[in-house]
Amino acid sequence: MEKITFEQLQEEMYYEKLNNGLDVYILPKKGFNKTYATFTTKYGSIDNHFLPPGKGDYVKVPDGIAHFLEHKLFEKEDGDVFQQFSKQGASANAFTSFTRTAYLFSSTSNVEKNLETLIDFVQEPYFTEKTVEKEKGIIGQEITMYDDNPDWRLYFGLIQNMYKNHPVSIDIAGTIDSISHITKDMLYECYETFYHPSNMLLFVVGQVNPDEIMGLIKENQGKKEYKNQPEIKRVFDEEQAEVAEKKQVLKMNVQTSKCLVGIKAANPTESGKEMLKKELSINVMLDILFGKSSENYTELYGSGLIDDTFSYDYTEEQGFGFAMVGGDTNEPDVLASKLETMLMEAKEGRGLTGDNLERTKKKKIGAFLRAVNSPEYIANQFTRYAFNDMDLFEVVPVLESLTLDDIKQAANKLIAEERFTVCQVVPKDKK
Amino acid sequence: MAVISESIRDMKGYKLHIVKTEKFKTNTIVWKMKAPLTSEDVTKRALLPYVLQSSSKAYPSTSKFRSYLDELYGANLYVDVSKKGEYQVLSFSLEIANEKFLSDRDPLLKKGMQLMAEILVNPLADNEAFDRETVEKEKRTLKQRIQAVYDDKMRYSNFRLVQEMCKNEPYALHVNGEIDDIPQIDEKNLYEYYKKAFAEDELDLFIIGDVDETEVQSIAQELLQFDERTPKLNEASKSVHVEEKTVKDKEDVKQGKLNIGYRTNVFYGDKDYYALQVFNGIFGGFSHSKLFLNVREKNSLAYYVASRLESHKGLMMVMSGIEFENFELAVKIIREQMEAMQAGDFTDQEIEQTKAVIENQMLETMDTARGMVEVLYHNVVSGQNVSLDDWLQGMSKTTKEEIVDVAKKVQLDTVYFLTGLEADK
Repeated sequence: MEKITFEQLQEEMYYEKLNNGLDVYILPKKGFNKTYATFTTKYGSIDNHFLPPGKGDYVKVPDGIAHFLEHKLFEKEDGDVFQQFSKQGASANAFTSFTRTAYLFSSTSNVEKNLETLIDFVQEPYFTEKTVEKEKGIIGQEITMYDDNPDWRLYFGLIQNMYKNHPVSIDIAGTIDSISHITKDMLYECYETFYHPSNMLLFVVGQVNPDEIMGLIKENQGKKEYKNQPEIKRVFDEEQAEVAEKKQVLKMNVQTSKCLVGIKAANPTESGKEMLKKELSINVMLDILFGKSSENYTELYGSGLIDDTFSYDYTEEQGFGFAMVGGDTNEPDVLASKLETMLMEAKEGRGLTGDNLERTKKKKIGAFLRAVNSPEYIANQFTRYAFNDMDLFEVVPVLESLTLDDIKQAANKLIAEERFTVCQVVPKDKK
Repeated sequence: MAVISESIRDMKGYKLHIVKTEKFKTNTIVWKMKAPLTSEDVTKRALLPYVLQSSSKAYPSTSKFRSYLDELYGANLYVDVSKKGEYQVLSFSLEIANEKFLSDRDPLLKKGMQLMAEILVNPLADNEAFDRETVEKEKRTLKQRIQAVYDDKMRYSNFRLVQEMCKNEPYALHVNGEIDDIPQIDEKNLYEYYKKAFAEDELDLFIIGDVDETEVQSIAQELLQFDERTPKLNEASKSVHVEEKTVKDKEDVKQGKLNIGYRTNVFYGDKDYYALQVFNGIFGGFSHSKLFLNVREKNSLAYYVASRLESHKGLMMVMSGIEFENFELAVKIIREQMEAMQAGDFTDQEIEQTKAVIENQMLETMDTARGMVEVLYHNVVSGQNVSLDDWLQGMSKTTKEEIVDVAKKVQLDTVYFLTGLEADK
């Protein structure tokens, strides 16, 4: 077991790669009641075209299957796992993103038992035709719930505008039609491909003794047999650099319009430290441009074009990336054109000054300290970073090292008119 | 050992609550102001914190003010307006890095407290009036905030249920106020209200973090002093004549929203309050609860179905999203679960399981500064002094008989259904 110390943060973390390939991280958090653990596979909604181990042919699976599988893992022959967790005083949950499926629990007692329950339920799939059918009703309601949610429709509408071929544009839960094609055999095939320990990461954070926890995990894994699995072969079709659609307007039953401007990153290929630096540079740039202390924010808020739902964000994973800016507005077209102008000006360097950079760095460092108060943040983000060969605890040193040139370069590289797109939600009765 | 130790001191016009803990890498400062919820003041009160947080005398524009927050290592300031029973509570929170984790050892806590005081007592105002432009900007945003409730159908249906269920009670008021009141508010009458609120509200300051208590007290004393007051109490309408009713709205939605309101007739601080907590947990609070198992797992009717308590108002709300044609079936299943609770049709194991999860949830809440403040503030609202240890003990001692007794007190009041335009055809 390796011990990693973060002096400035006064934290320690323990790491070991087990024989079966599983990465295990333990971060003891003194003074906390809670222990939080996530067991995550590098498998999300974009992994829909792949080569199952030992097979000669690539398969393409229905939209929403990774999320469906997440739901189904909770059900076992003798009932569902929620029951067992709550008997042990824990609350359990799971989520599926574009690139990951995470299972988790948090509890303030019976940590060892809960940890074993977590590992075992994820590693013991049980799917039957009957339970698969039953789940279609529940997930159908989940999909319908999102259909009525204007913010979700806006977010996905924007991503769909950007991508022509890449599966990031597929709604994570799929559609009622696509999930109707899912069978138990497909679930097993996906499971066998993506739930091998060598494709997974276990993170435990809380008031724990690292030696005991690592011992328990090793013993548990030692009892299970896994054949070595070669690297997973996934297929992603070629994606153009420019956006697929420039604009989409969704009419919904709302009173206030919403507008997001997106920028598609041109085929991002970075990983590791390079990706971390790029991601932080873009985030700092967006903060300088659109943070509450910025000239742009003052202008937009002052003229009534935005309200306190205004936000901005940059997402990047291997193979895709996008920035988005916007929120509720009474004038979606005016807001869109203002934001585009502001972004184009930033490409020329407007607003990107040394003073703004230093202030924003301080702001980001403070935000990081706030974030590491949260065991959830540490576990979830650390996993995401690790899957991209980045290190969460490098955030502060890399932030400190950013120069104005880095920020300008990032702006110049990201911002391009042909990669802009707009998505709006407008009230049905308006034109 | 106590789970947390809160020290409460009487200050001039307010109470200072300090929780010293080494858990966090930040310090949290929360200022709370509580007054009865009234239709006369609700909208002004909803606007006030947003006006105060947008600028001050020393930082006369939002960008100057926000730049200073960034300089303080991104001190995070946010305001919030909430309902606690029939009170409207304003919260101002500032979370600021503890300099012990920074290479630059600037004493940030004091600066954070100074800034909090600055926005509370030194607003951008002249001649008994706020800055006009600021007020107008925030009125516009408030209008959008009120409208936004309509656009989120989950929040909207919950709001509609409360509106129907609590007609003629202050609780029916929306916490952000009424759009129709906004035009009448101006920089003068809002300033007048500001004076009134700081003269009459019940005021509390919470400081959570690795702090020196004596130092915090002396800073607070220096920065914040108000006239003594006797906070106004709202006579909670405890006995309400309950007549079951069903209300349906039609909207252009794909999923129906079913919200059911019950009167629990039990309030925070009552002796059977702990039993109510356990009751709610077995009934619908968690993923092992009756509602989840029967509505979702057995019948695949919903993705989400849960119940939650409004402890200071004595209500329990069930919420779920279902297909339009499943309305009758879902209501029937939910009613059956309530009848099962009242008939004592639940096992010792369900009780133990629920207690374990509630205890877990409570202890987890104490792992965030914000959670701590929310839990401690229950005592302020209810005028009680229940420590967390008392709370946990009281809850764990609850017996099956007590849970059944509580279940029998619970009365269904209103079934609300937000259904589609095409439904019932």
